[in-house]
Formats: sequence, structure tokens, C-alpha cells
Amino acid sequence: MPKKPKVIVLRTAGTNCDEETVFAFQQCGADVDSVHIKQLCAKEISLHDYHILAIPGGFTYGDDIESGRILANELRVHLGGEIRKFIDDGKLIIGICNGFQVLVKAGILPGNGSSLAQSVSLTFNNSNKFEARWSYLKPGGQCVWTEGIDHVVYFPVAHAEGKFVTPDDKILRKLIDRNQIVFSYCEPDGADPDYPDNPNGSYENIAGITDPTGRILGLMPHPERHFLFNQHPSWTRLKKTAKFGDGARIFQNGVDYVKRKFK
Amino acid sequence: MLWRIEIKHKEGVFDALGEDVERSIIDLGISSIYSVAVENIFMVEGSLSKKQIQTIADELLVDPITQTSAIYSHKNPYIPKETKAYHEIEIAYNTGVMDPVEHSTLKGIKDLGFDGVAAVRTARKYLINGKASQKDLALITDKVLANKLIQHVVDHKVKQDTLNIKTAKDKFKLIVVDLIDASDAKLKKISEEGQLFLNLNEMKTIRDHFRKVGRNPIDCELETIAQTWSEHCYHKTFRGNIDYKYEEKGRIKVKNISNLLKSTIAKATFELNKPWCVSVFHDNAGVVKFDSKDHICFKVETHNHPSALEPFGGANTGIGGVLRDILGTGLGAKPVCNTDVFCFAPPETSFDELPAGTLHPKRVMKGVVAGVRDYGNKMGIPTVNGAIIFDKRYIGNPLVYCGSIGIMPKDKVYKKAKVGDLVVVAGGRTGRDGIHGATFSSGELTTESEVVSSGAVQIGDPIQEKKVLDALIKARDLNLYTAVTDCGAGGLSSAVGEMGEELGVSVNLEKVPLKYDGLKYMEIWISESQERMVFSVSPENIDKMLDVFASENVEATVIGEFTGRKRLEIFYDDHQVCDLDMQFLYEGNPKITKKAVWKQKQHKDLTKKGAANLTQKLLDVLGHYNVCSKEWVIRQYDHEVQGSSIVKPLVGVNADGPSDASVIAPKLGSKKGIAVSNGINARFGMIDPFWMAMSCVDEAVRQIVSVGGNLERIAILDNFCWGNPDKPDRLGSMVRAAEGCYKAAIGYGTPFISGKDSLYNEYAEGKKSIAIPGTLLISAMGIVDNVGKCVTMDFKKAGNLIYVIGNTYDELGGSIYLDTYGLLGNTVPQANPKKAMKTFAALSKAIKGGFVSASHDCSEGGIAVALSEMAFAGGLGANVALNKVVYKGKDKRNDKILFAESNSRFIVEVEPKRQKKFEQTLKGVSLGLIGQVQSDPIVTMYGLDKTICVNANIEELKEAWQRPLRW
Repeated sequence: MPKKPKVIVLRTAGTNCDEETVFAFQQCGADVDSVHIKQLCAKEISLHDYHILAIPGGFTYGDDIESGRILANELRVHLGGEIRKFIDDGKLIIGICNGFQVLVKAGILPGNGSSLAQSVSLTFNNSNKFEARWSYLKPGGQCVWTEGIDHVVYFPVAHAEGKFVTPDDKILRKLIDRNQIVFSYCEPDGADPDYPDNPNGSYENIAGITDPTGRILGLMPHPERHFLFNQHPSWTRLKKTAKFGDGARIFQNGVDYVKRKFK
Repeated sequence: MLWRIEIKHKEGVFDALGEDVERSIIDLGISSIYSVAVENIFMVEGSLSKKQIQTIADELLVDPITQTSAIYSHKNPYIPKETKAYHEIEIAYNTGVMDPVEHSTLKGIKDLGFDGVAAVRTARKYLINGKASQKDLALITDKVLANKLIQHVVDHKVKQDTLNIKTAKDKFKLIVVDLIDASDAKLKKISEEGQLFLNLNEMKTIRDHFRKVGRNPIDCELETIAQTWSEHCYHKTFRGNIDYKYEEKGRIKVKNISNLLKSTIAKATFELNKPWCVSVFHDNAGVVKFDSKDHICFKVETHNHPSALEPFGGANTGIGGVLRDILGTGLGAKPVCNTDVFCFAPPETSFDELPAGTLHPKRVMKGVVAGVRDYGNKMGIPTVNGAIIFDKRYIGNPLVYCGSIGIMPKDKVYKKAKVGDLVVVAGGRTGRDGIHGATFSSGELTTESEVVSSGAVQIGDPIQEKKVLDALIKARDLNLYTAVTDCGAGGLSSAVGEMGEELGVSVNLEKVPLKYDGLKYMEIWISESQERMVFSVSPENIDKMLDVFASENVEATVIGEFTGRKRLEIFYDDHQVCDLDMQFLYEGNPKITKKAVWKQKQHKDLTKKGAANLTQKLLDVLGHYNVCSKEWVIRQYDHEVQGSSIVKPLVGVNADGPSDASVIAPKLGSKKGIAVSNGINARFGMIDPFWMAMSCVDEAVRQIVSVGGNLERIAILDNFCWGNPDKPDRLGSMVRAAEGCYKAAIGYGTPFISGKDSLYNEYAEGKKSIAIPGTLLISAMGIVDNVGKCVTMDFKKAGNLIYVIGNTYDELGGSIYLDTYGLLGNTVPQANPKKAMKTFAALSKAIKGGFVSASHDCSEGGIAVALSEMAFAGGLGANVALNKVVYKGKDKRNDKILFAESNSRFIVEVEPKRQKKFEQTLKGVSLGLIGQVQSDPIVTMYGLDKTICVNANIEELKEAWQRPLRW
């Protein structure tokens, strides 16, 4: 075990939230490398030297064909086995926004056995618009990344394809039953939302899910953009009680978990 | 083999795009359509089996949860259905226009292990349910689905069995222009036919030069001179001579101006001589100091003409262009935020009012916003600030200003190519994009109608530019190159030429990577293909440089070297196609003299005593397009990417109030910030451009002061968009505005660090010419020492005191209030920088001291609008008395106090416990304690006669303000 938990922030053409994601993990005490997927595919760098894989937001390959599709394809084809092993080794993965779209389209989330096959999707917002706004999120489910978050949190969303859909109710039911729904859009008091509190029309207001192990988190909202107090959209109306915002807890949870489990 | 894959939604999946198209069709007045569905089409050419193409469809192109596919080929061709109540329209990009999805789809197919694919093109099929005549369908196609400059309707009757991408390499043919023996008439003809836009005097100068050289010019040489001497590159009007005739106090005066830029804008900067200005006017963007490690730079560009023709592509490449300006400043800066300002004709303009050949303003606006959204969001640059103004005269010439701020290490400000350095072009490939009309209408192109697209209408590739950004920053930090510049207007000709101006440069055009074969040498040289940068790299670093770019999958190629011969030498294979003296190219152009006239006009004014129902008037003003909420636009821009946003464009309890300047903290974890604002008011300029300029600077500065920016550290940019400067009245008003810029910059202590002009914004329809109102944009960038001290505009707490800071004058001229009567008026707001600076300094001190809970500047709509916005943004009411507002001037009236747009004013909120300290700090400044914030959500204003003159619920006010652009 190295001194600090090691995080790999994966980037490729069109990744654009890598720097703030690196910052968030660093602030939480991790040793972070920003790595181009080319370096992984060429085996210049090994995924297994890390404890946490983070796929940040952006528009990988322009979201051409559909969001996250081409990077998901690349991961599945070239690094499928590596990722399988990474998960089986008990390590952590987080995908934020475009990263979540990639995890879903590569079949890594919600995680159904050992194959990497897509079983749910993230598609165009009902408004057919890119939506940059803040969302209230109700925590739920069981996930390493969200441990201890027991109240409504506030993160921004910024996406055009964030509507979480399942092919049928059975799969949706299964996600609920297995405690895999980690964040749902809500009103400030936790009540069920309408548009724009649910910014995209997600089924069951789903904003983020985990896999059955609770070690892989994917979410559309951006916790790294509410990492500091002054990033809150109405911080000038609030009394400053801490340096950090709601999102910091997620990154801290990931880093702390590694410290506990990989002594 | 050409395969066709159709992707459609599964039954029951919501088709968001289809719904959107349906709404747009209803907007056209066609009511018989009851649903629209959209399918994506991929045309894939290559040696693939049916099984392989099925794998590509299933594993790459189709989302298994929401979509299904159907596959066709020439053995099983697609045959469209058509009934009276069902129609299909398929839209594809014209050949030669970049298909945004092509590249990454090819990559995805390769990842799957299939190497045999030659080309991919995409199309979109619209399935329209409902009765529609052929005329309706043509209207829908033209107004909603396609822009014929870049797209076409696919005709399935024409059998297509290849994507026809391959063309032969161009057979070299040197074209020499017969110039040295040409008569004046012939010279004019050469300029016109070649669309060189050179006047006779300039053509003669070129002729004389080549007579001395003793030969005729090659087309490439003539074109290079035309590009270099163009208004766009050389700013002939601003740098030329102007005979200026103007009226002052009833007397006609004459002034000879040589170089308007140097005698106004730049003059102010040099007189101010601020020690924090690092590099001004000579680079892509102006550079100022930020903190102990970094500098920041700022540039605002215009992309008006392209946006008029193809709004999405125009705005898209406008953003791409200004971002390359930032990448090419010094040794390269990293963009940290964007700002965008647009001017359109009113969205409710009827189709009958549209001049022939123009697009409807609503379509222009939607396209422009989508173009900005696409490029900014995909590049990951937060768009934090902007403005939109509307006027009928922007109908043929919408204005699109794209601005960007970048950050760079202190030691990366200066660049210098050395003799022996190699010329490297990196980024996108070169195609026929951006080659002006003359070339492709000349009939010499073999595949002209298919391969060529009009240069003005390109589509950008933001991911390509993002890759260039990532590679450039890496290479910069490794010190791998000595200079960099962007390929903008003029393409390689201007980028390489500029870099080699002092040393001389030699280029081999056959080495430039091309999108497709068949380009002539001159096309390669002047193509304006997007997403390219040019570097100078010393031979010992070249391998490392190419490696760094390869590591980010960016193509980089050596195409020449800097020679020290002070000549521009261009070759194609072994043929020399250009050999020009750099000195002639950059300094040989004759100075031109233009005439300018300025005379103040009288405009109709309000004759009666003003509005009887001021509450209703306030609602009208709030709902005016120039005032109303721009949330529909703002929420489509990612303004929080990079995690830097501190004062967001929308603030308040529900994040829906309009903030003044936006503030970002570009270095995560640091408290040092940048405040960005803009000042624009074309209506003031219609009365007097001098006061427009003063007001724009005042507005831009006061917005930065309002959020807590450092008053001593504000830099500004000018951006002139005007009509035809060859018409003396247009140029006269521009001179007058430039003089206002000088006075303002000196008065407010704000140096201009960069600027831009876009002239000839006129639209000819028959004999009539519609000129835009002369529109000056002042963009400001200020330093915020501690972002934790920033103040927002929303009222915070009931019981707090409300002050109006600054004098209100008898200045309804140019106001939104008068516009609601269809009037302009004459009493345009003036500005007194000395007084203003005293006010700004005092308020800055109060904000720094923490005495101010909210601050909002009074601009369009005056005090009435500012107060309403503060109330509904805070979810609180207000109770105020207008007789406490400090009013200077005759004919004191409620409507003037409420709606005059006098400069240098703020409304601020102060906690009662800070009253004393606040008032002490503001000592000597005009200050009126006008009332209090209240929890009752009502805004009540007592008039001069002490009776209620405005009384409205904040929800009603907010609704009036939000309704117009809630699309």
C-alpha cells in the first residue's frame, strides 16, 4: 500500500472536467494521475496500479452517435478484461456526467453479472435542450461513495442526455430492490419534483446509481462543482460554516474507503 | 459497398427532437401536422459483410435500450413511403461540408476491429404525420429542417452507390495574372472578378511594384496581398486618413485624422500607461497581470456575416476562432471563460417583413445560441456572461460577438520565431472551406458542385480544437516551440505570413495535410479550414513536438521553415508559386482617405406628461426584449465547467435574477478572481455615439464595481460594428464614438488592451440598404482580490435599507421606457467620469468593508427595473419613496425618476446595523435612502406626491420579465 490512495482520472478527446476532478481527489488526500486512454491501451500505464478509476465529465469524441458511446465502445473492446479485474479486486469507480454515460453504455453500470452489456440508458432530456442548472438530490441506496449523506444535497447538472431510462419496469424494480438508486432529483424539501427540478425526465427521478457491490458510482450531477463553499449558486445568502460544499463528501468517502480496505 | 443504416426510436420512447421540430412547424402556421419522428441515418462505405455491418449497427450505432435499426444496401434499397397524411424528408450535408459525426464514427468502427471502412456520412430523416401540401413541405424544409448552403434534401430516386469522396490529386497549373500591362479599367476588373476587394489605388500600387520586379504576379501572390491588405486583416478604415466634418455648437468644424485607432483608442492606453498592462494591441489578445505567477488575456471577436447565412455554423466557428486567438496569444493561454453578445431583429418579426434572402430572426437566434452552446460546452469553457439586444435594423446583419479570457504563466507572454525554425501546422486538415466565391465559381474545379462549400458557412469541430488545446498546453510547458499563431481569416496565408514577417519564410504547400485531394495550391494557401494552429519549432525540438501532438491524437506536420531572407516563398512540389518581399506585403499598401460627417439629429420625444399607469408601464418595460430574462439562453450554456464560477449569470434565492458582472476564480483553491462585464447600448448611439461610448464604458465598469471588483484593475476592449464606412454619415458616427472611447478610457482609468472592428454591416435589398445602428460593445475584465467578498444583486433580508447611489438626471433619451412608445427622444444620458469614479471608489470601499448586502447597477429600464429585479431575485418585497432619489434637472417627474437610464447609479441594500459605517464610507457621494426591504412580496413605490405610483407583486413582476423569451 502506497502512502496515499492512488486515483486515475481517465481522459481522452473531449474530456473537460478532468482538472476539477483531479483537484477534488487531491484535496481529499489522494495521489492523482490524469491519464489519456491511449496510454492505457498501449500498456504504458497499468490500471492496476490504482485504487480508484474516475471518468470525468465532458463530451468524449463529441458525444457523436450518442453521449459516451464511443469511449464506452473503446473501453469495452480494449480494456474490458482490465476493468473486470479492477472491479473484482474490490476497487472503486466513479463516473460523473459523461463518465456516467460511459459506464452505462459500456455495461459497467448498473452491473449485471460478469459480462459488459448495456442494460439501461441515458438519453436526450425531455426538453431537448442542454440544461445547466442546480438540482436537489435525495440520497438513497447503498454505496461506498455516499456513506453518511443523509440529507438532500445540491449539485449542478449540465447535460443534454441525462434522462435515465430502462427497457422495462422489471429492471427498474430490481434497481430499487437492490438499493442501487443512490441519488434522485427532488424538490428542496425532498418531495417528488416536476421539471425543471427533474431536469431531464429521468424515470423515477433517477440521477445516480451504483452497482450491486456499492463500489461503482455513476451520476449525472457534478459533485466536483460543489466541492467548495463559494461554488454554491447562492453562497452570498448563506452563512459560511465550512470551506467545503456538499460534493466534497463523495470524494472523501472514496479516498477513505481505500485507506480502510487497502492498508 | 455502400450500406445504409437507419436508427429509430423504439416504440414508446419519447422523441424529444421530434417534439421540438413539431413545435417549430406549428410556429410556421401549419396546423395539420400532429406528430414528427426523427431517424438518424448512417451511410457506411467499405468492404463489409452483412454480418459485419450488423455488428457495427448493434454494438456501436444503436442504443439497445431506446433504439432499433434497419439495414439497406443496393441489393435491398430503401424505398420511402409517402401518402397524403404521411411524409418523409431526409436531410444530408452537402459533399465537402464537414460531417460532424464522421470522424468519431470511423474511430468507433475501427475500435471494433473493422478496418475496411472508407467513409461515413450521416443524414436525418423526418417522418411527418399529418396532411401537408408540397408547398407546406417545401416551407418546412426551408424554414425548419435544412439550410441549403450546407445541406440538401436526399432524393431517393437517384441511385447512390458510393459516397464519392475520392478525387484525383490536382494537376499543377501555374496561373499568372496579366497585371503589369493592365489599364486602370482592367485593374478594376481584375479586383472585382477576383473578389479581391482592392481599390484602384491599391491595384495600381501592386502593378507598379511588379513592374519594378519585372514580371507579372502569380495568382497566389495577388491573393496574399489582397488578404493582407483587406479591411479584415489590416483595418484600413481605422488606420487610414479621415477627413472629418462635424457640427459643434451650431458651427461646422473640420478635422483631419490620420489613424483613428492611434489617435483615440490606443492613445488612451499609452497615456494611462498602467504598469499592469503586459502586452497590448500587438498580439491576438491583450495581456494584463493576474497574480504572482500568471497573466490573463482577453479578446472579443465578431462573426457577423457567417452567422447571418448559417447561424449555427457562424456562431460555432466564431467561438472556435476567438478561442484560437487565446491559444495563440503569447506562447499560448488556456481559455477560462467565454462571453457572448448578440444583436438580432425582434423575434416576433412576421415572415412578410423579412427582406428577401434573410433568415427569420427567431431562427437566427436559435441557431446562434445552439452554435455557441455546442462549441463552448464541448470545449469545456464556461460561458459566464453576455447580453442580447434587439432592433429591427439587425434584420439582415445580426451581430455575434464572441469573447474569451485566457490564463498563461508569466514567462509565456512573448514569442519569437528564429531563423532555421521549422513551420508546423497542427490540428484539423485543410479543405476547400473558406475560399471565397471567386474560386469556386470560376468553373475550373472538376468536382466543384459536390466538393465545394461556400467558405462563409463552415461547421466547427470543437473536439478537434479541444485536442489542439490539450496538446498545445503540454508542448508549451515543455518549451517545445518558439512562436505560435492561429489560422483565422486568410488561413495559412495570414498565419504563416504574419509569423514570418520579420524573418521571411518558405513553405511547401504539398506537405499540408488535406481533407481530400484535388485542392489547387492557392486553395491550400488561403483556405480558412477551422481548428488549425501554426508553430515555429527549432529543429532539435521537432521530434518531441510531434510526439506530444501525437500523444493527443493531433496531426502535426512540418511544412516549411523560417529563412531570414525576408521573403515569402511558397512552393508546390518543385514549382515556386509565390516570391514576395515581406516589406512590400506588410508596409507597401497606400494609405486611403475617407470622408466622415457627424451631425446631431432631432428625434421625436414624448410630448405628454408620461404614463398614467406606471405599474403597467413597469411591466411593459420588464417585458421588453432588451430587458427581459435571458434564462432560456443562459441555461443552455455550461457556465460552471472548470468549477470556477463564483458570481453566476443568474443569482438569487431561486437562481433566476440577472447578475451584474460574472465572477470566476480560475485557479481552483485560490481566492483571486476575474470579473467580466459588458456595456452595450445602440439606442444611445442613435442619438449620439459619443455618449453611447461613454455610457458603455460606465456600464461595463460599474457592473464590475457592483460585484466587488478592484476599480484600479479594470481593462477594457472595444468592438465596433458599423455600416459601410465609405458612406460619410456612417463613418462620422464611428469617429464620434471613437472619440467617446478615448475620453471614457482616460476618465475611468481603464486602458483598452485589444479591440476589433466589423464594418460594412449593411443589407441591400433592391435599391434600399438597411444599415445596422452603429453598435459599440465595450467588454471589461477586472481583477477581484478576494472572491469571498463578492456581492450579488438579490435582496437578502426584510428590514434592510435600500439606497440609490448617484444622481438621476432628466435623461429619458434612448430609454427602454420611450421605446415602449416607439420613441427615441433626445436627452441621451451623459456621463461625468470624475464624479462617477468618486462614486465607484466609495462603493468599492463599502463592499470591501462588508457593509453592502446587495448591489445592482441601474441600466436599461432604470431604477424601476433594477429595484424589481433585486426584489424578485431575493424573493422579497420593497417599500420605497421616489422623492428620496437624488434628482438633478428640470421637470422632475415620477416616470423620469423610475425609467431614466442615467449613468453611474446603483441600488444597494444595507443592514440597519451597518447603516452608519456605510453612510460614512459614502460621504460626499449622492446618496438617497429610499426605503426598506420587506417580507411582504410586494414592490410599492410612493411617487413625488407621496401617493402610491407603482404597486405590484414580485411574482407578477417576475412573470412579466420571464415570459417573453421563455421558449
